[in-house]
Amino acid sequence: MTSNAFIAFQKNEETRCIVEAIVEDNPAAVVVDQPAMVKVDVPGRLVIKRATVEEKMGRDFDLQELQLHLITISGHLDESDDEFVLSWQR
Amino acid sequence: MDMKVAKKLGLKERYTMMTRDLAWDTTFQPMDKVFPQVGYEGIKIHDWDKWEDPFRLTMDAYWKYQAEKERKLYAILDAFNQNNGHLSVTDARYINVLKLFLGSTPPLELMAARGFSMVARQMVGAGPRVACMMQSVDEYRHFQTQIHSISNYNRFYNGLDEFAHQQSRMWYLSDGKSFFDDAITAGPFEFMVAIGFAFEYVLTNILFVPFISGAAYNGDMAAMTVGFSAQSDEARHMTLGLECIKFMLEQDPDNLPIVQRWIDKWTWRGTRKLASVGMMMDYMLPKRIMSFKEAWEIYFEQNGTALFTDLARYGIKVPKCFEQTIEEKEHITHQSWIGFYMKPDATPFHTWMPQPEELDWLSEKYPNTFDKYYRPVYEYWIEQEKAGNRFNNKTQPMNCQVCVSTIKFNEPGDPMEMCFRETEYKGEKFHFCSDHCKEIFEDEPEKYVQTFISSHAALQGKCEPEGTDVNAHDYRPGARMHAYWRMDKRASGDFNGSEDQKNFAKWRAQATRN
Ligand SMILES: [Fe+2]
Ligand SMILES: [Fe+2]
Ligand SMILES: [Zn+2]
Repeated sequence: MTSNAFIAFQKNEETRCIVEAIVEDNPAAVVVDQPAMVKVDVPGRLVIKRATVEEKMGRDFDLQELQLHLITISGHLDESDDEFVLSWQR
Repeated sequence: MDMKVAKKLGLKERYTMMTRDLAWDTTFQPMDKVFPQVGYEGIKIHDWDKWEDPFRLTMDAYWKYQAEKERKLYAILDAFNQNNGHLSVTDARYINVLKLFLGSTPPLELMAARGFSMVARQMVGAGPRVACMMQSVDEYRHFQTQIHSISNYNRFYNGLDEFAHQQSRMWYLSDGKSFFDDAITAGPFEFMVAIGFAFEYVLTNILFVPFISGAAYNGDMAAMTVGFSAQSDEARHMTLGLECIKFMLEQDPDNLPIVQRWIDKWTWRGTRKLASVGMMMDYMLPKRIMSFKEAWEIYFEQNGTALFTDLARYGIKVPKCFEQTIEEKEHITHQSWIGFYMKPDATPFHTWMPQPEELDWLSEKYPNTFDKYYRPVYEYWIEQEKAGNRFNNKTQPMNCQVCVSTIKFNEPGDPMEMCFRETEYKGEKFHFCSDHCKEIFEDEPEKYVQTFISSHAALQGKCEPEGTDVNAHDYRPGARMHAYWRMDKRASGDFNGSEDQKNFAKWRAQATRN
């Protein structure tokens, strides 16, 4: 069985765009809505692409801004200027 | 005029230049004399440069984002206070969850801050040093913001003002205190497994994710924002803990048995600490988003299994206690609430019997155990309460020598029997809540014989308010525990009839009428 990589954010205007971007870039994503927070599960590997988030937000976005909204993550992290990847596949 | 335009550095290059490239090896003194602690535990490290913070967070970016978090947090706290936010929570019982949570957590955050600043000094590589330093500052921030949050409620409700005094003295605060005392007196690598792995990866996910989401669900914007602001740092903390485990296992195969023993030990200690968090979710939140059992399945069973499956490549096995925790998830929260309800005079927060629809919710969430073992206890106590005979156990609890939780959990496989273990060391008897705690003790007896257990020490006359003459002919040990605890009488007892209950009703009425 593939383990889920996941990420959870506080619910706000910025993370609404980030979650939209995740859903677009990870077809297997499952979004779980909870009071004040939102969690996204993806089997195996979850990627957040800077370009997609920028498109959703309509402004420049630095992936390190994710720090402001993060609640929790699961999976090994690899972060570059363009991608924030959580993965159990290595 | 020719001008060279410097290319903006990428994240990876910037991280390398701002951390590793700023570090140096000592020459006046050999490195192993400057960093002796990393050798004490038997962990072998060959190349510290293999350690990298996957967030690649540099100090300048750290300050920038942390400052932004603080601005957001305090703007929300101000708004909460300006709006009398404390009156918008579901009902006044909810305040008691804050007393327990905010009364026990800040001193632990402070211990985490101390521990990580020590480890930041002890680690050799620049990667872990910087990450530990950041975590130390984070934990100090959590400590401060939680105290600011306490002060907002302390203006209105009883029982919040003596948390710092009570931390080392109160029976039910001892489990958390002992967890951190144990971790901080271990070596740097064990500390990282204890806090970075067991506390951050296993515990904070449940404490700060479903529980804080539950605070939001109960209308508590202040606890929600403090909790989530803290948790935004925890993702980084979990990553650090995980990185440390991978690093040790990749550096030398001889590290495996040591790491395995720490994982076994600290997963168990984390599990024991979680019983009271689970109880807050199942019993103290008037509105509930999920049961402790459900949270445990998502954040420990599934998420933990993902991790252990991954670590299997190094030879790591699922912690020994895993099976037992799966059995216990259907019991521990009920046993904890029963334990607290039984002692209404011994906590600076109120307890109560669940309402009928709450009993039904518990039956639905715990179909295998609730109706069979716990509902009958509550129904009996509800009847007794109606007859004016609210249960009140005035004795001192007995605590486990290792985890210092009260001995109250059941024998594995037999929910009707209390689990109790003992061992002898140098002619003295020691008591435990479980096989796991007994094993931890037997591994390092010289460490755990020193455990301070106030409820035991009290019977030896060691927990008395100043000025007590323990040699007086009418002296009774433990008779003045309330003074020793600095317990506010108004804050203890059953919720029904409490001053908090009356005040909340009165203030809320004032808020909706002229
Ligand atoms: Fe913290
Ligand atoms: Fe933390
Ligand atoms: Zn124990």
